Amino acid sequence: MNLSWMAWTTPTAIFFITILSLLILMTIWELLSPGGGVRYGVLRFETTRGDRLFLSLLGSAFIHLAWLGFSDLNLWWAMGVSVCYALLVFRFV
Amino acid sequence: MDKPVNNKAWFFVLPVFFLVAISAIIPLMTVVNYSVQDTFGNNQFFWAGTEWFKEILHSERFHSALVRNLIFSFIILLIEIPLGIVVALSMPRKGFWVPVCLILMALPLLIPWNVVGTIWQIFGRADIGLLGNTLVGLGVNYNYATNWFDAWATIILMDVWHWTSLVVLLCYAGLVSIPEAYYQAARIDGASKWKVFRYIQLPKLHRVLLIAVLLRFMDSFMIYTEPFVLTGGGPGNSTTFLSIDLVKTAIGQFDLGPAAAMSIIYFLIILLLSWVFFTVMTHYGADNNKTESGHDS
Repeated sequence: MNLSWMAWTTPTAIFFITILSLLILMTIWELLSPGGGVRYGVLRFETTRGDRLFLSLLGSAFIHLAWLGFSDLNLWWAMGVSVCYALLVFRFV
Repeated sequence: MDKPVNNKAWFFVLPVFFLVAISAIIPLMTVVNYSVQDTFGNNQFFWAGTEWFKEILHSERFHSALVRNLIFSFIILLIEIPLGIVVALSMPRKGFWVPVCLILMALPLLIPWNVVGTIWQIFGRADIGLLGNTLVGLGVNYNYATNWFDAWATIILMDVWHWTSLVVLLCYAGLVSIPEAYYQAARIDGASKWKVFRYIQLPKLHRVLLIAVLLRFMDSFMIYTEPFVLTGGGPGNSTTFLSIDLVKTAIGQFDLGPAAAMSIIYFLIILLLSWVFFTVMTHYGADNNKTESGHDS
């Protein structure tokens, strides 16, 4: 199958493989500990692990955009902030 | 008692998964790939990194289109929601006129969007259009093709004509579902019409109004066809909303890299709003059910 029209690059491939790996890891986590890890967090409504992953990814996207929009510092810093944000989401949301 | 979980049901989801993969996920992945590259056609791409994202985030044109779109959505909600409630309240609940009113209300919703644009384009023309010609005859200097205020007024009027019916039908469905006992209790207490509306109808409409507000917000935020057919984004850029700007960048200028970056930013904004929509809907509904069951017991 010719996929040249999709214009793949190594960084974008790594990006999608990372997301796919996260989804596979979440599936394994669910198989090991079924039920979705439902709890009431700081948002005051029920969230599952899937919700927390979605919030982490969406929030990280906005952190990176804000970094590009407001700062000239290296984007790896935004990556660091996003990882901290994701840890906080998984701990408190 | 919990039902036994049967994971075989997931196989039934597979066809939908493949369909969504082909129609949404693969194109979205391609857009991400385009957003970090530049192309001059011929399937040749050059690495650009985050350049297009920076360009779009600092672009005055993108900011203007975003602000325009937010103002447009705000005006639409401000007009369509109260108007929809008033029309739904004044519609009959019984008798011959119920189906007549419902059909009349549903008619604008059945017309394709490009046809709505064309209808209003002709309707608003100063030389042959009923609206335009009448306004000019009354001495109003109306021309949606040259005056930004007239263009905005026409687009807003067109959207109100096209979509208020949706709010009306949702509110009407909410109103007819209120049990008669509430009105009887209000009559015994001697409640005024305003108090019936404020303390019985409005609280009972809360849920349908939430759906109406969020649906109208998201639809108006993604509006494309009607203003594109009516004004083409003009005069100048005064009615160039986000989706029109996106198509101009991608197809008009063939700037696929910046257009892809813009699509992703636009997609993220809509994804965030959709999440808020979904969360508010599901959790508000859950809380409401708990409260109602609490009252019942």
